[in-house]
Amino acid sequence: MSKGLTWRFGLILLFIFLSGIYLTPTFVSPLPSWWKGLLPKDRINLGLDLQGGTHLVMEVEIQKAVEGALDLIASDLEDSLSAKTIRFKKIGRIASDRIQLTFYDRGTADTVQKMVKEKYPTLELVPPYDEGGFVSMQLRMGEKEAQERKDRAVAQALETIRNRIDQFGVSEPVIAREGLTHIVVQLPGIKDPKRAIELIGRTARLEFKLVDETVNPATATPGTIPEDSELLMEKKTDPTTGAVTEIPLVVKKKAMITGDLLTNAQVRIDSQFNQPYVAIEFNSTGARLFDQVTAANVGKRFAIVLDNNIYSAPVIRERISGGSAQISGSFSEKEAADLAIVLRAGSLPAPVKVIQNETVGPSLGQDSITKGLMAGLVGVALVVVFMAIYYKLAGLVANFGMVLNVLYLMGALAALGATLTLPGIAAIVLLIGMSVDSNVLIFERIREEMRLGKPPKAALDAGYDKAFLTIMDSHVTTLITAAVLFQFGTGPVKGFAVSLSLGIIINLFTALVGTKSIFDFALSRLRIKRLSI
Amino acid sequence: MEFIGKTHIDFMGMKKFSFAISIVIAILGIIGIVRIALGTANMGIDFSGGTAVQLKFAQPVHIDRAREALAKHGIHDANLQELKTGNKLLVKVGKTSLPQGNAADLIQTAFQKELTGNTFVVESSTEIGPAIGDKLRKDTLVAVAISMIGILIYIAWRFDFTFGVGALVATLHDVLAMFAVFFLLDKEVNLLFITAVLTIAGYSLTDTVVVFDRIRENLHKNTKDSLETIFNFSINEVLSRTIITALTTFLAAGSLYFFGGEVIHDFALALVVGILVGVYSSVFVASPIVEVWGRRPKASKA
Repeated sequence: MSKGLTWRFGLILLFIFLSGIYLTPTFVSPLPSWWKGLLPKDRINLGLDLQGGTHLVMEVEIQKAVEGALDLIASDLEDSLSAKTIRFKKIGRIASDRIQLTFYDRGTADTVQKMVKEKYPTLELVPPYDEGGFVSMQLRMGEKEAQERKDRAVAQALETIRNRIDQFGVSEPVIAREGLTHIVVQLPGIKDPKRAIELIGRTARLEFKLVDETVNPATATPGTIPEDSELLMEKKTDPTTGAVTEIPLVVKKKAMITGDLLTNAQVRIDSQFNQPYVAIEFNSTGARLFDQVTAANVGKRFAIVLDNNIYSAPVIRERISGGSAQISGSFSEKEAADLAIVLRAGSLPAPVKVIQNETVGPSLGQDSITKGLMAGLVGVALVVVFMAIYYKLAGLVANFGMVLNVLYLMGALAALGATLTLPGIAAIVLLIGMSVDSNVLIFERIREEMRLGKPPKAALDAGYDKAFLTIMDSHVTTLITAAVLFQFGTGPVKGFAVSLSLGIIINLFTALVGTKSIFDFALSRLRIKRLSI
Repeated sequence: MEFIGKTHIDFMGMKKFSFAISIVIAILGIIGIVRIALGTANMGIDFSGGTAVQLKFAQPVHIDRAREALAKHGIHDANLQELKTGNKLLVKVGKTSLPQGNAADLIQTAFQKELTGNTFVVESSTEIGPAIGDKLRKDTLVAVAISMIGILIYIAWRFDFTFGVGALVATLHDVLAMFAVFFLLDKEVNLLFITAVLTIAGYSLTDTVVVFDRIRENLHKNTKDSLETIFNFSINEVLSRTIITALTTFLAAGSLYFFGGEVIHDFALALVVGILVGVYSSVFVASPIVEVWGRRPKASKA
């Protein structure tokens, strides 16, 4: 018996078994009651065209994008005036489109006017005027610029939502802009639409703010706290009872560091308490800022605020350099995973709200689906018949390899939770045509060797040996494409790359191990004297 | 069973014709791509955006009937979806797939004429943007460019630099050919087409590498004959394999094209075209380029 035949058959059977397990939920319903615990329960995901899904229309609150931009400008002005030790009474946004700066005297106002003109040439400036013993001036964002910002906010929101869905899993969503302020998202039948909606709709504005220790949060009301502070809530969920308690906390309004300085966010598990937390990493600017802020505020509390909710407010024990930090809170593993996704994908430039949430049916009618599947079956049948006629028994072996190929691929797709669409199925049919390619290569080699007069066993081995390098080369080149498309592509391109690379790897295995084992078995155990090829 | 025995076709001798044909194909493909870049091509709703119309019917509508009704009135590439609440139908039509006029009006007329007896009201009609935004398009282009470089490096390492260039040019050639055919037939360029192009790029490359592999093998065995002789000999040697593989893939893609129905019709067409051109290019484009370049790869590599 040839080397390692048992071992190879073992591997083939193991993969058949695994694919079977992953495909069982798709083909058996309902699952028997003993099918629980560690066994997979998810069916192969079907795309929007085959089974429909969730249709969401979200509205981007574009006005908030303009206000946010003005708030940023206001705080930037505040910073630069403080840095130059220019005294001012107040700087802040007073309407949805304007900022007001108030000074104690005309001289300062005039200096600042010049500076502001230079720094923000696109903003309209209302020159200083006297008002109640002070001098004020206003900065207004013009219609055109505001419109541009709104437009950009929707475009940016769309990209962010796409990023989040991409990271949520391999599925085939449709994401498009509708009208001026709406974004349509269609998700194929996902198991937990509520979780997906929450993930997509979360603004995810991450801020690090110092806790204002001068105020007692228990008695604080919005009227009694200093103007530069605000009252926020820290939500704590009791892990055993699930009860949510809200602890008020007064923090400085101004964020020391914001989420746009992050480069990465990952879920980790705290080994001491076995609790998930999110480890974040800052870019160089963020790292420098974090270092400075922590150094200057040792002993104080630092609140980690996401969308105006406090996640946690740890005490700064020592200066933290190196640009990494962690967000811990009492959340579940899923919550931590979602938090990491939204932090990685970036915050939405403006809040969004879901204004329509409906279930849509498949975009293809039953006729179209049946036709597509029938065509696929016809194609497969033609290939099978052709191979059997052209290569006789060896063709049957190649067909067996092809069946293995499809089974493994479907199993792998089910295991990964990939989404199957009708064109996806068509691509699998094409892959079937291609999967016999490796065997054709090998068989043609074997025929060449036999023409040279080699005995079956030698011809077989030589055929596989000589075809090996060719098969490797041709597969590796395709694998390079697939890997790059996966790494750099997004959305549907990524999904394509997954199926492609799986197909290639599986094909390598079935062509080089699968069919070879059968030939070896036939030659060594069944004592076949002549190859039927 | 065997289709062809030993052949002695002078493939390299045909390179004047094949290069001429390929240049025409490439130019047509480039025109097609330029038109896409200019936005004057027949772009699908994925790329160009379009109009979404939501209709509420008195009775349930069969989605395949609705598709036929629209097709009869010149709206071929509509995307139809049924909303689960109360006989509603969501119809999306691309900007460029309309003959002329207002999408909402055209859809209404089509349904009024074809679905008589089933009254409906138009609930909303809005413009929708492309599902493939600029960023996605850019990301895909970058990905394709990087993978091309990756392939060039791999083939240059495994074979020789000239082989890498040959494989790359052949792959690009096939991609251009697919664009050329879609441009000439005025077929819609959508996400499915792009998927087909990527699939074929992989397939064509596989095909080319197989031919190259045999050439390399023969170059090592035979150091006396001219490159042209060795190239011809090698291509003839693998010819039966080339034909068989093309045939099996063609059987699969062809049945999708002929029996697959309207939805995957264009996708299957792109695949069929790609397979045919892929085979052609591995013999008539990739190999002659390497041969014309005319260097023997270093014998140490295998």
